[in-house]
Amino acid sequence: MYKKLFVLLLLAVLGWSFFTLLQTHQERQSLNPLSKHYVEKGPDEVGAPNLVTAIVVTYRGFDTLGEVTILFVSAAIVGLFLKTENRRRKYKIRSTSEILHAAQRLLFPVMILFGIYIFMNGHLTPGGGFQGGAVIATAMILVLLTNPESPISHRAFNLLESVSGFSYIIIGVLGVLLAGGFLDNHILPLGKFGNLFSAGAIPLIYSFVGLKVGSELSSIILNLNDVQKDDK
Amino acid sequence: MILIIVSMVLGVVMIAVSLVALHTKKLQAAILAAGVLSLMTSILFLLLAAPDVALTEAAIGSALTTAIFFYVLNKIKNTHV
Repeated sequence: MYKKLFVLLLLAVLGWSFFTLLQTHQERQSLNPLSKHYVEKGPDEVGAPNLVTAIVVTYRGFDTLGEVTILFVSAAIVGLFLKTENRRRKYKIRSTSEILHAAQRLLFPVMILFGIYIFMNGHLTPGGGFQGGAVIATAMILVLLTNPESPISHRAFNLLESVSGFSYIIIGVLGVLLAGGFLDNHILPLGKFGNLFSAGAIPLIYSFVGLKVGSELSSIILNLNDVQKDDK
Repeated sequence: MILIIVSMVLGVVMIAVSLVALHTKKLQAAILAAGVLSLMTSILFLLLAAPDVALTEAAIGSALTTAIFFYVLNKIKNTHV
């Protein structure tokens, strides 16, 4: 009884606070000074047509490093807590349908290519390292759905993940040594606005982030796929 | 105008799907409903002119999370405690 009353009270307080927010809400007619700086000076300073990427990778590059670290820690914890014995035990699996096999053969290269496209063109079109990496991990899910016993090497993914993470940090430190600060994109020439090889180090950084995120998410999926074999 | 109508339809579908996810007795149905909710959310993000977020939501929310939930559900079912 008291519990229900408490829940109702909580809901009422929440509803009231959101209602007052809605009452006092009014749309801004102009940008605030920081956004104005990004919109007006961003293309000249960073050289990326996709302003979201310019902010995420360069102006707020340190935050992106933090996000990548969070993803790394969660992938590491998944790998740590899943039981490691009996991983390679063979077990009888129901064979998957011909449709899935054909679709996997057709779609897998396209999905990988689309993921790479997303993170290579992160500075030109919507998307970037995180999105591209997630698309690549989705392609890995498709492979494992078709054949859970696929001989995919954990070691290769771990190596790819460490190398790309390390290169990301190296580029950040190079920014301190050669340009204005940590993760500054001016270590490479800005190039022609709108070209694939432009916006300084942003395509390079986003490629490493994409590879890192893709291999981390794929290794989570691989670990989960491996422990399905236990306890049968 | 058409955008508002589409967003309202999407919103109604999202509320319905999340109620299904909360109240259904079958866990598989709940996981699929959560996946559909993510898909609808990504369309809504696209309509709100946030294609970056829409991409993330579609790839992670509706594909990866659903797959991971199914893996974990299968693992829990097969474990003898």
